[in-house]
Amino acid sequence: MIEFHLDPSSGVATYLQIVQQVKEALRLRTIDVGDQLPTVREVVADLAINPNTVAKAYRELEREGLVVARQGRGTFVSSTLSPKASLAHYDRLRVELERWLAIADEAGLDEESIRALISATLRERLARRVA
Amino acid sequence: MNPAPLDARGLGKRFRREWGLRDCTLTIPHGAVVGLAGPNAAGKSTLLSLAAGLLAPSEGSIAVLGRDPLREPAVLADVGYVAQSAPLYRSFTVAETIEFSRRTNSRWDDEVVHEVLTRISADTKVGTLSTGDRARLALALALGKRPQLVLLDEPFARLDPLAGREFLQLLMDGVAETGATVVIASHVIADIERVCDHIVLLTGGGVRLEGNVEELLESHRILMGPRRPLGSIRGVRSIVRERHGDRQLTLLVRSDGPIVDHSWRVERVGLEELVLAYMAPERLPAPVPPEKVPLRWHG
Repeated sequence: MIEFHLDPSSGVATYLQIVQQVKEALRLRTIDVGDQLPTVREVVADLAINPNTVAKAYRELEREGLVVARQGRGTFVSSTLSPKASLAHYDRLRVELERWLAIADEAGLDEESIRALISATLRERLARRVA
Repeated sequence: MNPAPLDARGLGKRFRREWGLRDCTLTIPHGAVVGLAGPNAAGKSTLLSLAAGLLAPSEGSIAVLGRDPLREPAVLADVGYVAQSAPLYRSFTVAETIEFSRRTNSRWDDEVVHEVLTRISADTKVGTLSTGDRARLALALALGKRPQLVLLDEPFARLDPLAGREFLQLLMDGVAETGATVVIASHVIADIERVCDHIVLLTGGGVRLEGNVEELLESHRILMGPRRPLGSIRGVRSIVRERHGDRQLTLLVRSDGPIVDHSWRVERVGLEELVLAYMAPERLPAPVPPEKVPLRWHG
């Protein structure tokens, strides 16, 4: 079952962090259709966060059609987010990314610089696509 | 619609010559977990004491669940209040303490206090409990009433980080179970930002900032850019704080639209920084030993 973690310094609202982590797990296929999300009480007990926040995150996921709440039973994944790419695609991309990261490592980039480079490149690419 | 859990109108309390709280007007929404923030002596404890019916207002009014806690003390059966010192009888055992609460409250739920007892032996004398376990016991007693409103006065002041986390877990589990509205007074935002979805910032002059945490974080931004004369910036409603570095200017602003001016780097703001920024104008200058400060006329 998916386990959530929080980064209080990220500036991202707690409920959004939960939403994003579910989506990321859906994209990376670590959870799939039919899987159950932890109950609100379980997340609250685990993270010591406000139950309203968990309920809000689950409502948002439900609104986006990714999960369904079944009365008295819990919340279940009802849809996936990785429609086009197959698992094989993911594996190949991961291998190539590993190779790229090794080169970055050799060049002496630290984690922050790697993140900055990736997000800046991605941003530029998206901007080009919009333009 | 049920009356608000807590509603204050122009509420003030004077202790002899000093005001403990002034010009406090606010409405706490149902089911919120409220962080009551502010510097020391801003009136946080006073507000909670007024809500718990332990003090009478000097001016204005306060209503708890729609009723006056002094004139209609029956409403206090629905209020769980834990004072700063979490007062408990030290010579009682844990079991006796729980029994005492069970008998003195008209409504009682053993289920809620059970969680605490799984970790503490019932025969332990309260006086020998660790600070963390004592805080948890006091909280469990407050939750055992199945209150609609829980008031906690600086619960983290004497807890180490681990005990603080366990306290929050017990509290949030209680909220999940009872749907209670919670007000947590704390001068350390980091202790409460994990859980609170509503913030009230008290300063000596009243309520300085109040609202839904998410909305507040959404409507504030940090802008960073080279120093320049400050004109109006599109999307900025007001400047909360400005910091001038040698070359850089850093603003914390309240926005009323997207900020698209590319000469600024725009970042989100965390709750702690936001609260500190609103607190800053009220902040007193750092204390300096008086003998080292010669009296001097300025200007």
